[in-house]
Amino acid sequence: MKADVVVVDTKGLACPMPIVKAKKALDSMETGQIMKVLSTDKGSLNDFQAWVRGTKHELVQHEEKDGVFTFYVKKQ
Amino acid sequence: MMTTVKAMTSGELARYLIDRKPLYILDVRNEDVYGDWRIEGQSIESINIPYFDLLDGVEEAVKQLPSDGPILVVCAKEGSSVFVAEQLAEAGLREVYYLQGGMKEWSEHLEPVKAGDLPDGALYQFVRLGKGCLSYMVVSGGEAAVIDAMRTTGVYEAFAEKLGVTIKHTLDTHLHADHISGGRKLAELTGAAYWLPPKDAGEVTFSYAKLEDGERIAIGATEIGIGALYSPGHTIGSTSFIVNGQYLLTGDILFVASIGRPDLAGQAEDWAGDLRRTLYEGYRGLSEELIVLPAHFGQIDELDENGRVAAKLGDLFRDNPGLHLEDESEFRRAVTENLPQHPNAYQQIRQTNMGRIHPTEEEQREMEIGPNRCAIHDQ
Repeated sequence: MKADVVVVDTKGLACPMPIVKAKKALDSMETGQIMKVLSTDKGSLNDFQAWVRGTKHELVQHEEKDGVFTFYVKKQ
Repeated sequence: MMTTVKAMTSGELARYLIDRKPLYILDVRNEDVYGDWRIEGQSIESINIPYFDLLDGVEEAVKQLPSDGPILVVCAKEGSSVFVAEQLAEAGLREVYYLQGGMKEWSEHLEPVKAGDLPDGALYQFVRLGKGCLSYMVVSGGEAAVIDAMRTTGVYEAFAEKLGVTIKHTLDTHLHADHISGGRKLAELTGAAYWLPPKDAGEVTFSYAKLEDGERIAIGATEIGIGALYSPGHTIGSTSFIVNGQYLLTGDILFVASIGRPDLAGQAEDWAGDLRRTLYEGYRGLSEELIVLPAHFGQIDELDENGRVAAKLGDLFRDNPGLHLEDESEFRRAVTENLPQHPNAYQQIRQTNMGRIHPTEEEQREMEIGPNRCAIHDQ
């Protein structure tokens, strides 16, 4: 099993690209792996939560610092 | 095959609503936002499928969409609607549009309609369809006054320029809680006087012209006047205007299908009595022939076939449910209990309108997102 955290940097990208990129990364990951997504898109937070809720994956943690949103998603 | 996705501007969308032309909307924002606030109209049908549910393909959406007629894809800013619209076109749908600038631009769009004639001029209503706000330009003899201006002041400047008239006055019927007033900014830009009721201006940080009961403001060289009528209730300072003895601008006191709420400045109990006196005594003494022009509408079906929101005062005494709460305690309950949710960021909006905080353009836009919710019957 791969243990590395997969980092998806979408800083500077607007909707829908943060989720498009995150989904693409997630599709190529293995169960149990963690994805870390960075985004500067303000709409990200709500959309990310709603998107992950609709999938079987788990939003482990999210935070905002200096205008950058970071999401940790665990692939199920 | 070349795909044919076209942009639809907010102005073009406004014509669909006003002219009641059929349009099918696919709103790709997330479900919470759609549930809270969306584009509505008699000729509009809409469904909501978030764009992130369409990343693996749009087949599900295509199944739910009509195969004929225009389809407009809508999102918050634009990007996701283009993304989805292109896929719909590739899937074979023929007439696919995306909303240029998304809900962000839609929420700011002002559609000017003529509300009525005036000697050597006219009274124009600016319909902010996305938010249900109404503002006005009184034009006569080459001069203009703007009432309850939105913060997108360029629209009024351009309109006045097109008519070849000079904006001499800007007025607010009250200190607004649902949108950021453009009255002061427009006055600064045009050299006009900015009028505000002093009872609503106790905490403001700027100078203004005091709008008091009985004040008459002349527009143009003709006899047109704006008469101020103190009509407290929505706020303690709320003031109505009678324009040329023909039109009654009621601010947020009386709407076409409802009445104002007295709670947005935190004093519902105190102001319920004022509101009742204004509606049931003050307005009762006025001519029933006056055309009521409010500062908001709650439902799109309040627009008439020309896109105008207006009604005769006499008709409202007959039809408006807010004017049929004869029993005082029943009235008090109706305006203080089970009120709709507050407008988004209403306290920051009030602070901004007092000049006490200075949010950026982007922050102001965010604060104004969503419906106005200034009437007691709003959802």
